[in-house]
Amino acid sequence: MSVTTPEVTTATSGLTAHQLREQRRAKISATIRYVILAAVGLLMLYPLIWLIGASFKTNSEIFANPGFIPSEPTLDGYIKGWQTSTPYTFARFFWNTFLIIFPKVLFTAISATMVAYGFARFEFPGKKILFATLIAILLLPNVVTRIPQYLLFRDIGWLDSFLPLWVPSAFAGDAFFVFMLIQFLRAVPRDMEEAARVDGANSFQTLIFIVVPLLKPAIISVCLFQFMWTMNDFLGPLIYISSVEKYPVSLALKLSIDTTEAFEWNRILAMSVLAITPALAVFFIAQKHFIEGISSGGVKG
Amino acid sequence: MAGLQLNNVDKTYPNGFKAVHGIDLEIEDGEFMVLVGPSGCAKSTTLRMIAGLETISGGEVRIGDTVVNDLAPGKRGIAMVFQNYALYPHMKVTKNLDFGLRLKRRPKDEIARATTEVSHTLEIEELLDRLPKELSGGQAQRVAVGRALIKSPEVFLFDEPLSNLDAKLRASMRVRITDLHKRLKEEGRPATVVYVTHDQVEAMTMGDRICVMKDGHIMQVADPVTLYERPANAFVGGFIGMPEMNLADATLSLDDGGRIRLGDQVIDIEPDLASRLTHKGGAITFGIRPQHFELVAPGAANALTGIVRIVEFLGHEVNLHIEIEGNAFISVIPSEQFDRSMRAGDTVALHPRARNTQIFDRDTGQNASLGG
Repeated sequence: MSVTTPEVTTATSGLTAHQLREQRRAKISATIRYVILAAVGLLMLYPLIWLIGASFKTNSEIFANPGFIPSEPTLDGYIKGWQTSTPYTFARFFWNTFLIIFPKVLFTAISATMVAYGFARFEFPGKKILFATLIAILLLPNVVTRIPQYLLFRDIGWLDSFLPLWVPSAFAGDAFFVFMLIQFLRAVPRDMEEAARVDGANSFQTLIFIVVPLLKPAIISVCLFQFMWTMNDFLGPLIYISSVEKYPVSLALKLSIDTTEAFEWNRILAMSVLAITPALAVFFIAQKHFIEGISSGGVKG
Repeated sequence: MAGLQLNNVDKTYPNGFKAVHGIDLEIEDGEFMVLVGPSGCAKSTTLRMIAGLETISGGEVRIGDTVVNDLAPGKRGIAMVFQNYALYPHMKVTKNLDFGLRLKRRPKDEIARATTEVSHTLEIEELLDRLPKELSGGQAQRVAVGRALIKSPEVFLFDEPLSNLDAKLRASMRVRITDLHKRLKEEGRPATVVYVTHDQVEAMTMGDRICVMKDGHIMQVADPVTLYERPANAFVGGFIGMPEMNLADATLSLDDGGRIRLGDQVIDIEPDLASRLTHKGGAITFGIRPQHFELVAPGAANALTGIVRIVEFLGHEVNLHIEIEGNAFISVIPSEQFDRSMRAGDTVALHPRARNTQIFDRDTGQNASLGG
């Protein structure tokens, strides 16, 4: 034992020297990698970080100090910004946004799922033409339909209401979501649905009890996308909504730039921070499902 | 419970491909019928037409006294077990089991009683609170069988239910399903079963009767013994049995008591075969099972001479691959009769046992040695 021990030690120390060199090399390369990644990440995030920092600055400091850490942090921008120069507070505008988003997300989920189920699972006359139309809508730039849509809604008398903003979604107007769900559903084996039919379920029951639970990750993705896009939508409300009391957050932000002679940037920035908070919060809460939804095409049996 | 009848059932796909060609099949009440055949023989399509998952292009399917052609699957009084279980992944085992009953809005206590009974029968009580992804293959298959059993259907349909299981589990599930069928019969509620498989071991061991299919046609419907001993045609002869039946082109002449010519070799027709023979002579396919192709001493009467190509020693028996007149033959001989010195390249003589020799017409493929 006493004889063999030194030999073992030498062998180990020899190996260790080699390993140490390897380790050092790995450590250096990792350090370089992470420094570059962190630097690029910071570069990308800098506007956001600056936005948050600047929202706590005074109006004069915003232009005086290029750094993002406020020298005298103040909530002034938040308090005054929330008041707005209109008779309404931002609470009203957030509520308006909610009144658009809630029906829009809900009806998108319902209508897109139903239409996708129909396309993915049933044979019916004219299916090919209808599907081609769907893809055509997908490829069509949104701008093209703005004017005809505006004229249509004007004739119905829906201008200056929330209806033009969410009613199209209730009829699966968002071709992208329908297409996304169809693709997802195509990868889901039909056996479960067939088993449900043998168990006595009709098409509607199969949809509710079997297909919707299987599609859950994809439907959550649809809801998230719709939530974020609607939250950020500026053009839609700008075209259809004219009275300030019905303004959603996206328009209200612009409002403070329009009406004030000298822009109170700290107020605008503070409200911008508040405006992106819901989208960020919802994204992080649903992140797990969201990633599952966009990354996996199928469902494990 | 009820029987099942297929009358001249056709299946043509929208692209014009005809998968099933007017098949007739009558399955009795309480019978275990196995549909077997190579892949692409339309056995699964036939089963799915019975289930109502495929439309029927022609003919009629009757369950009991009802023509079910236009009934929804749920209204046909059937239950089905799928190859990959098809359990609902988001529901616990209990919910999977009673899904059908809940859809029918049966009273709660009745559902609970049925679930308890079925889970007891299939020994899945401890699995009731699990999700399908937490089950092993065998457990999932038992739940799938339970989901069918709980509905007390008129007809059970099985679509290759064991092919996803490993060999050992497959054997035990096979016994379990056969046992369940027997038990239901003893309890006075016999179940009619239609079971699709491509595995002839499953077919032979489980079926009361077996329906052998090929290219959308029924080749033979018979009990396992008849199927093995009296195949209706060369296809059934070749499909059933392990290793498969030796089939070789030969010529039959009925002069001088009858002779079969295989290449340059001629053997006499022995009385055992002659009494059964209905062929008029000419081109035939000569069939003999490897187990009935006996090794005899060189020069023995009515033997075929060939050269050993491969010797496969399996322990209890030996498979000899032999070339006779350019045809590959297999002979299975019990291990104790095997001469250990035999090597590839040796010349051997083999005698086809007359009692088990089959003569098929080469044009029609029909068996011409089944007697009058």
